[in-house]
Amino acid sequence: MAGTALRGRLTWRVATVATVADETDHVRTITLDLPDWPGHHAGQHLDVRLTAEDGYSAERSYSIASADGEAVAITVERLDDGEVSPYLTQELRPGDQMEARGPIGNWFTWEPHDGGPLLLIAGGSGVVPLRAILRHHQRTGSNVPARLLYSARSLEDVIYRRELDQYGGSAEVRYTLTRRQPPGWGGFSGRIDDAMLARIAWPASQSPLAFICGPTPFVEAVAELLVARHYPTRRVKTERFGGA
Amino acid sequence: MALDGNAIGGMLLEIFATDMTSAEATCARCGAVRPVAEELVYLRGPGTVVRCRRCTSVLMVISRVRGLNCVDLSGMEALEVKAASD
Repeated sequence: MAGTALRGRLTWRVATVATVADETDHVRTITLDLPDWPGHHAGQHLDVRLTAEDGYSAERSYSIASADGEAVAITVERLDDGEVSPYLTQELRPGDQMEARGPIGNWFTWEPHDGGPLLLIAGGSGVVPLRAILRHHQRTGSNVPARLLYSARSLEDVIYRRELDQYGGSAEVRYTLTRRQPPGWGGFSGRIDDAMLARIAWPASQSPLAFICGPTPFVEAVAELLVARHYPTRRVKTERFGGA
Repeated sequence: MALDGNAIGGMLLEIFATDMTSAEATCARCGAVRPVAEELVYLRGPGTVVRCRRCTSVLMVISRVRGLNCVDLSGMEALEVKAASD
């Protein structure tokens, strides 16, 4: 149904900001009121267009942070030299409007019938679409075992921490902190390497399905490690972002 | 630095009116078959360039000139798009 609704229907709509919520010092989640939104799948994107009074406009693509059936939300990281993200994370208020179009992309998505076990690996704000997938996993009551390994600089940089800390049972969340660890830190430290994956990644014999999202060098490094662990490339879905 | 085909999902959906991130591209040079989402994408040059992740040969170039989208697909031997389910 969503597929047919999508065909040829990528139109800019006016989105009204419903809520803004700070996730960390430089990351904010923006919930949008989008009338006639056709619905989306966890992992899909949204394009946003902002137009200044002088007519200058800028477009950016963001991962949707919410699961299927939830209000559309995006989570934006502020890049200090960015053109769009400082506005979205510092100036935008509920009631403000922007243009948005979507949903976009059917590749980096997960549905319960896609199976697993699910291995989700996030670098920094690459956690956004993986959080949508985890929420979808929980909301559908999927019994597919899921693990999220989330690499962040420090505990203060972990986005959605309160929510992620509540997972347990069929969905496990583990962190690795690359720059700074709090005293008595019991999680992983440092960059993701083969030794870490040996403890977290499902063996290839269980035909796991992996989703990796983060900056390009992070994704390349982790994808290579998984392929070396005999994950078929078809079962390793990747999404890269760069600062712009 | 290269991104991947997910980054141009909106542009491709606008041009092809169907999702192309999950379309399968066959490289005309090395024969590698991969979803467009997993290919190399360069956004910073004049025009958007998609390259084969295996051999880096150019698969697709999209340029927007005076309101026209010009799409050069000559680097692909095939581009398979899943038909919409009825």
